[in-house]
Amino acid sequence: MTRVVFPLLILLVAGLFFASLLIGPAGLGLKQAMAALFGRGEGGDAVVMVMRDIRLPRAVLGLAVGAALGLAGAAMQGFLRNPLAEPGLIGVSSTAALGAVIALQTGLAAAFTLALPLAALLGAVLSVLLILLLAGPRGGALTLILAGIALSALAGAGTSLVLNLSPNPFAAAEIVFWMMGSLADRSMTHVWLALPFITLGCAALLTTGRGLDALTLGEDAAQSMGVDLARLRLVIVLGTAAAIGASVAVAGAVGFVGLVVPHLLRPLVGARPSRLLPASALGGAAMILAADIATRLIAPDRDLKLGVLTALVGAPFFLHLIWRMRRVEA
Amino acid sequence: MSLMSLSSLTVRRGQCPVVDHVDLAVEKGEFVGLLGPNGAGKTSLLRAALGLLPHEGRSSLSALAPAVRARTVAFLPQGREIAWPVTVADLVALAEGGAEAQARAIARMGLENYQTRRATELARALAQDAPLLLADEPAAGLDPEAQIRTMQVFRDLAEEGRGVVASIHDLGLAARHCTRLVLLHRGRKVADGAPRDVLSPENLAEVFGVRGFHAETEDGPVFQPLGVIR
Repeated sequence: MTRVVFPLLILLVAGLFFASLLIGPAGLGLKQAMAALFGRGEGGDAVVMVMRDIRLPRAVLGLAVGAALGLAGAAMQGFLRNPLAEPGLIGVSSTAALGAVIALQTGLAAAFTLALPLAALLGAVLSVLLILLLAGPRGGALTLILAGIALSALAGAGTSLVLNLSPNPFAAAEIVFWMMGSLADRSMTHVWLALPFITLGCAALLTTGRGLDALTLGEDAAQSMGVDLARLRLVIVLGTAAAIGASVAVAGAVGFVGLVVPHLLRPLVGARPSRLLPASALGGAAMILAADIATRLIAPDRDLKLGVLTALVGAPFFLHLIWRMRRVEA
Repeated sequence: MSLMSLSSLTVRRGQCPVVDHVDLAVEKGEFVGLLGPNGAGKTSLLRAALGLLPHEGRSSLSALAPAVRARTVAFLPQGREIAWPVTVADLVALAEGGAEAQARAIARMGLENYQTRRATELARALAQDAPLLLADEPAAGLDPEAQIRTMQVFRDLAEEGRGVVASIHDLGLAARHCTRLVLLHRGRKVADGAPRDVLSPENLAEVFGVRGFHAETEDGPVFQPLGVIR
């Protein structure tokens, strides 16, 4: 079972990536699309532009953001030894969102394209500094969770305040729509801004497999097996912050992927966190790519938001999870 | 050289010392039973010795780098948590002591035939292949056969020239199998030596408030607590 999971996931992600490149309102043929992407192409500049400046960044961001969400979710669940943990738990998503919302509200985002993602990244950086300051030196999980909850609440209040004070309904609507999360109309500039952070963050998170495996037996046993818990926590917090901060900066807050994907894949990889990490990265990428394609297919002219769709699929799954847990506990 | 040496080890919870200036050296070939009533400081002593708990005084283990410490001492904690449903083979392999040590640990705990959660956890600690094993209440909650088997494994380890320190609540089990007993009372070490000397009528009355009965049988020394005296 475990042996076929990875090849299948890789095939699935590759297939969805190409599907994402081929599906869109422009209705390009396969040959035409590939020619425009890789070579000169016959369809003229418009087709080349559609492929390279609209569909390619969208597919690449879907891949990267999905991988970041899945991987960070698996790492967070492994570190906290809790199947209900998700990447937003340490407050990075909410503070990044607050940064973005402030950029929208102040008009910075309208004046300068990259102001929004940069403000979101700044929010993520600030939250990490605060989290590390609050969470104490000994590498425990509880203070980390509490600090994350407090920061999320604070950032949520900040976002509400911005909405509350917004000068007109249009400004508020713009903020609300941004917060739903989307990959539409992103450019290669967004890719170049987010990709380095996401890559670095994911690389850091992928090194934590051995420590997370040992943590299966609890903090004392893990430490006695040579795991430096304080260092492990630092890598998890920084890796999650880089990957998730950058994801929120370019795609908005896309919920439930980091929670649901590790869950779906855990039984398929024998529950070991070190195997779940790469599997979840692939699974997250597949889920985001699929959901993003679905937004284009279901309602092409209504600009259906990615975050809405993932939550619509994710929340019922979450309820099912609680239902199953309830039955096991009873 | 000692496998572990503690000097004046002290652990405080607030102002109150839960481990109070304990000196202890454990040599190769010893199976040390750590005794004491609830709250005597057994768990805190083991965790502080490993460096898992802030402490005063010195422990030869707590200053080691985590990776070096993992090769020097294995630990079976009291909280027996297994967060994810991993396989027995994966669980034992977590110890990273090498394939040979893993196979030996699995054979020693009889996991090829019959697998219990506790036996698997102990096999994981054994697979670390460290010269010293610290175990917190390894016999608690086990059936009699598993208790005796666990004690036998510890004795075998000691006979092979390793060291074992285990906190044990069952005085009979400790008297029967340990080569040496250390008695803790309110964080202080009040007795240290041969089982029969440590479980003297005075110590039993002072620390546990019970009296008991020693006997030599063909299976070795036997101790049975008999009644409460206060």
